[in-house]
Amino acid sequence: MALSKLDNLYRQVILDHSEHPHHHGHLSDATNDIELRNPTCGDVLQLQIQMDDDDRIKDIAFSGSGCTISQASASMMTDAVLGKKAQEADDMVEVFSELIVGDKSVDTDVLGDAAVLEGVKQFPARIKCAMLAWKALHKALAADDHVAKVASLHARDPKEDNVNDRD
Amino acid sequence: MVKQLKTIKADFPILDQKVNDEQLVYLDNAATTQKPKAVVEALDHYYYHDNANVHRGVHTLAERATEQFEAARQKVADFINAGDKKNILFTRGTTQSLNWIAASYGEATIHEGDEIVISYMEHHSNLVPWQQLALRKKAVLKYIGMNEDGTLDMADAKKQITDKTKIVSIAHVSNVLGVVNPIKQLASIAHQHGAIMVGDGAQSVPHMPIDVQDLDVDFYAFSGHKMLGPTGIGVLYGKTSLLEAMPPIEFGGEMIDFVDLYESSWKELPWKFEAGTPDISGAIGLGAAIDYLSEIGMDQIEKHEQDIVNYVLPKLLAIDDLEIYGPKDPSKHTGVIAFNLKGLHPHDLATALDMEGVAVRAGHHCAQPLMKYLNVPATARASFYFYNDSNDADRLVDAILAAKEFFKHGTV
Repeated sequence: MALSKLDNLYRQVILDHSEHPHHHGHLSDATNDIELRNPTCGDVLQLQIQMDDDDRIKDIAFSGSGCTISQASASMMTDAVLGKKAQEADDMVEVFSELIVGDKSVDTDVLGDAAVLEGVKQFPARIKCAMLAWKALHKALAADDHVAKVASLHARDPKEDNVNDRD
Repeated sequence: MVKQLKTIKADFPILDQKVNDEQLVYLDNAATTQKPKAVVEALDHYYYHDNANVHRGVHTLAERATEQFEAARQKVADFINAGDKKNILFTRGTTQSLNWIAASYGEATIHEGDEIVISYMEHHSNLVPWQQLALRKKAVLKYIGMNEDGTLDMADAKKQITDKTKIVSIAHVSNVLGVVNPIKQLASIAHQHGAIMVGDGAQSVPHMPIDVQDLDVDFYAFSGHKMLGPTGIGVLYGKTSLLEAMPPIEFGGEMIDFVDLYESSWKELPWKFEAGTPDISGAIGLGAAIDYLSEIGMDQIEKHEQDIVNYVLPKLLAIDDLEIYGPKDPSKHTGVIAFNLKGLHPHDLATALDMEGVAVRAGHHCAQPLMKYLNVPATARASFYFYNDSNDADRLVDAILAAKEFFKHGTV
């Protein structure tokens, strides 16, 4: 049956994250705040980060609306980067981006659950959904001058043009 | 009817393929339709035998290209009963047609405090040009509301259209709700108040007989690629007096009568608006598409699509947790059917349907204000054309049921 192929995309852990997302909500003490939209499908993602004095992600939360893949990816991303230094977190964006749209093999241990999103690779139309939260993280970190690797991230994803931020 | 609808799929080679190991069922016709062999062959023939620039050569190929390009214009004029081919301007598509009206007629006639009336169900292409014109001119953009079933609220239309209204612009058929709006009645109301009526025909011209003179619209816009034609060619119909009074939007070759160092004069209609080398092959391809549609007959096409809606809509409505937008009464619904499965984002649903070989659209359908009005972030949308049949409808229903089952259990 054709839908068996969907198992690669919708692994149980992805459905669990989507149904019960981690760090879903709002922060009262956010230091970084961003909203990203995917205008082709209507997805909206608000991401808030609270950085501590040591440049670590002390707390993180997301909200908005989106498909199973974008919600699960956001949930997994927040799990993975909580407690990480800004530069470490941004390096993880690179690793995730390479996993989903790149052609190099990468060590995905650092990504935690998010590594299972590799299956998205076989569904090119859904890559944007998986990338949304990670792009938001990258932009939120860059906005605070923590890192500036925008160009390299963009160069790898031809679909980047379709993801706009509203700030 | 010369062509048999039953055997028509054979004219569309693209439909005979498997995607994701399943026989393709193409239900994204509101986005773009597939092309019959006759259209592709017309493009082939033009480029292999007759290619030249139009209206400017004395050689034989230039003569042939010009003759075929202008014959295509005549076919369009006849197809929508425009009266005369000078009322048919070739554009890039519906979007450009509507932008031209806003940029030329709108720019010249709209002043501060004037009203432009549209509706909540407009495609962005019939919304943003008016919104931006209103912003530039400090004019007032007004929206006609909808009834509960998604049909246009005509009582509200009578309230919104006033003596201050200069332009009323409404989709003839909604690209999301599948409703047919009463353009003729709206034109009559607009005219009583001294306003002009613009019809967005992107989703109507491909699917039903259209008579622009009977509708009494002042402008009417549509696209070639949604009616079997190539991408890149569209049409703007306008009444003679309006087109004659309107200034050109673009300047250059093709549209001039005489050019002096410090002033120029324009060609007569329709060429005064068509600056530069036009999409010659696109127009010829559109002409071939019109021949093909005419051979079947637009009455037959409308009836066949209505039969499919009568067949599939009750089946869709019978699926628990499937929300259908627009009228539930098949007689009020065209072959554009938007839906959502409760608890599942339309993107996930569309991916599942794609794995079953069923191509549908998912997203906001270039109608964000309508999505807001419906209070949904996005929907899935199946849109039928005359080459679809009840088997395609069954495949859609089965695929939705399979997707529902998959996401309920997390596996198959």
